[in-house]
Amino acid sequence: MTAVADALELDRVESHLNPPASYDLADHPVPTGREEVWRFTPIKRLRGILDGEASDACLDWETTIPEGVSLTTVSAAEAREIGELAPNERPAALAAELSGGAALLDVPADFEADEPIVIRLTGSSVDDLVWGQLVYRIGAHARVTIVLVHSGSARYSAIQSFLVGDGAQVNILSLQDWEDDAVHLGRDAIRVGRDASVKHTSISFGGDVVRMHANVEYAGPGGEAELLGLYFADAGQHLEHRLFADHTAPKTKSNVVYKGALQGEGAHTVWIGNVLIRKVAEGIETYEENRNLVLTDGCQADSVPNLEIETGEIEGAGHASATARFDDEQLFYLRSRGVSEKEAQRLVVHGFFNDLIRKVGIPSIEEQLLRTVEAELAKNVLKELA
Amino acid sequence: MSTLEIKDLEVSVETEDGPKQILKGVTLTIKDGETHAIMGPNGSGKSTLAYSIAGHPKYTVTGGTVTLDGEDVLAMSVDERARAGLFLAMQYPVEVPGVSVANFLRTAKTAIDGEAPKLRTWVKDVNQALGDLDLDPTFSQRSVNEGFSGGEKKRHEIAQLELLDPKVAILDETDSGLDIDALKVVSEGVNRFRARDAKGVLLITHYTRILRYIEPDFVHVFVAGRVAESGGPELAEELEANGYERFLSAQAAV
Ligand SMILES: Nc1ncnc2c1ncn2[C@@H]1O[C@H](COP(=O)(O)OP(=O)(O)OP(=O)(O)O)[C@@H](O)[C@H]1O
Ligand SMILES: [Mg+2]
Repeated sequence: MTAVADALELDRVESHLNPPASYDLADHPVPTGREEVWRFTPIKRLRGILDGEASDACLDWETTIPEGVSLTTVSAAEAREIGELAPNERPAALAAELSGGAALLDVPADFEADEPIVIRLTGSSVDDLVWGQLVYRIGAHARVTIVLVHSGSARYSAIQSFLVGDGAQVNILSLQDWEDDAVHLGRDAIRVGRDASVKHTSISFGGDVVRMHANVEYAGPGGEAELLGLYFADAGQHLEHRLFADHTAPKTKSNVVYKGALQGEGAHTVWIGNVLIRKVAEGIETYEENRNLVLTDGCQADSVPNLEIETGEIEGAGHASATARFDDEQLFYLRSRGVSEKEAQRLVVHGFFNDLIRKVGIPSIEEQLLRTVEAELAKNVLKELA
Repeated sequence: MSTLEIKDLEVSVETEDGPKQILKGVTLTIKDGETHAIMGPNGSGKSTLAYSIAGHPKYTVTGGTVTLDGEDVLAMSVDERARAGLFLAMQYPVEVPGVSVANFLRTAKTAIDGEAPKLRTWVKDVNQALGDLDLDPTFSQRSVNEGFSGGEKKRHEIAQLELLDPKVAILDETDSGLDIDALKVVSEGVNRFRARDAKGVLLITHYTRILRYIEPDFVHVFVAGRVAESGGPELAEELEANGYERFLSAQAAV
């Protein structure tokens, strides 16, 4: 056994924040809503997804896959053999059980592409119950960008695994741009190879209930993960993002930045940022940050950073969480230069998201995101301007 | 023609123990082409006067009037005041993360002029204004005031003054925190503004040194929320020599 493998710690730990991963549905009973991991979620609005009915409905797939990369279908058993990351909650376990096979995106070792791999998934009706299972296998030292766009409507529960080879550089973006009635329960889990670096950005604008996990673990030392997120909740929307950086190897890094804006009666966002630094994970660095901007009355932003530390030998660990309304001093400053109140608000919200949007690192998407933020603002804050 | 007329202005702020009166009847008239210096000790209410004229929500006007060319300033919103021709260079300019200086300046200029500036000349004007204040062009890509040094913030205020070209500028301790070179650069900026046609300036300061570079037409000593004495530049010289002692004891005797 190599020293590296020795230094890995992949056993289940008794982390009170994260139920252990398991394919066995008995390990993931139907939640009552009182469980720690479900207490923020409006279970009644999940439209029966958690009952786990069989369904062979699909989303419509439209893909842009460069030559050299393959997209195939494998059985659920094969997905596990490839190293799929096991579900840690019921919707993901149901997806693995009921999807009838996984889509496998295979990026060979040393593959490099500037143009993103794009997968557009579109639902046609919220009556459709869709189980999704996707495995992304990225070979060692590959450099790719993967863009996943969800739109239309559906009840969609998906388990996605990103298996990132040693030294690879991967930029993943998942955009939830659903119609107003959609329900999306998504679990993204990433295994970061030795010295690999992964950026994962989750962006949620649409949908009635969207609950996304972004979990990271490390297959060796030197791995880096940057987990970014942006969400904009309108009246009645529930947008939930749950992060878990599981430092399973020494000298690894996780950097989490999620920013959200809320507007309208009943807009609700949840951000849970869990970091576990295992005994073996010496010399790691982690930082997580969540900022929410509350634009109107009647909104609720829940923000819970959690740091569990089992070793004393860490390089740095920190977190920040803040939820605020418009800053009166900022608005005053802008208005004192002649800018109207609405325009000042628009500038401040753009400013709030700007640095995050710039970090996404996919130029074609950044433009679109700025436009979407603008469109979101037009729904409420800027309504009187129109 | 532009005249800023402040009459019997009374202003209070909300405190834990209820409203507290800060300005106790301020009367001042700034006419075309005039520069008035207001000097006063810490806490005398200088910034309160500046912010009240600009319309900061923290301050409540309880009496008196402010008019600009006869228009009721106090009835205007903050941004209407700016569009009417008032400009406040703040003692503590505010950081606006993620909003670039270029975007901010263009948005402000568009708001004030009622139309977007011509793109080609505007970029040149911005670079010129920044350069004149010793701010290199990269500042236009930085977030407004974020990470600026104290001196850079003040120079950025004066660059805005020159670009937005108001009728009356209120400068709240623009000189404080500047080293001597920056003080000269800032003063030159203010003097370029003063050299334009029909501009009024209300220069709030603590120290006489800036008055060596920006020569005022009138000097007002501000103590305990009102003008204690008004005079010409010679009043500043007296303050330089003797400090505020005479005015403070007169105040105590009241
Ligand atoms: N929220 C508040 N509660 C109580 N007192 C206040 C409040 N805000 C301002 N003040 C008081 O109002 C007075 C005037 O303050 P102001 O900032 O106008 O003074 P200033 O003359 O500009 O002082 P400086 O030279 O230090 O800038 C001060 O005594 C200050 O403590
Ligand atoms: Mg002051």
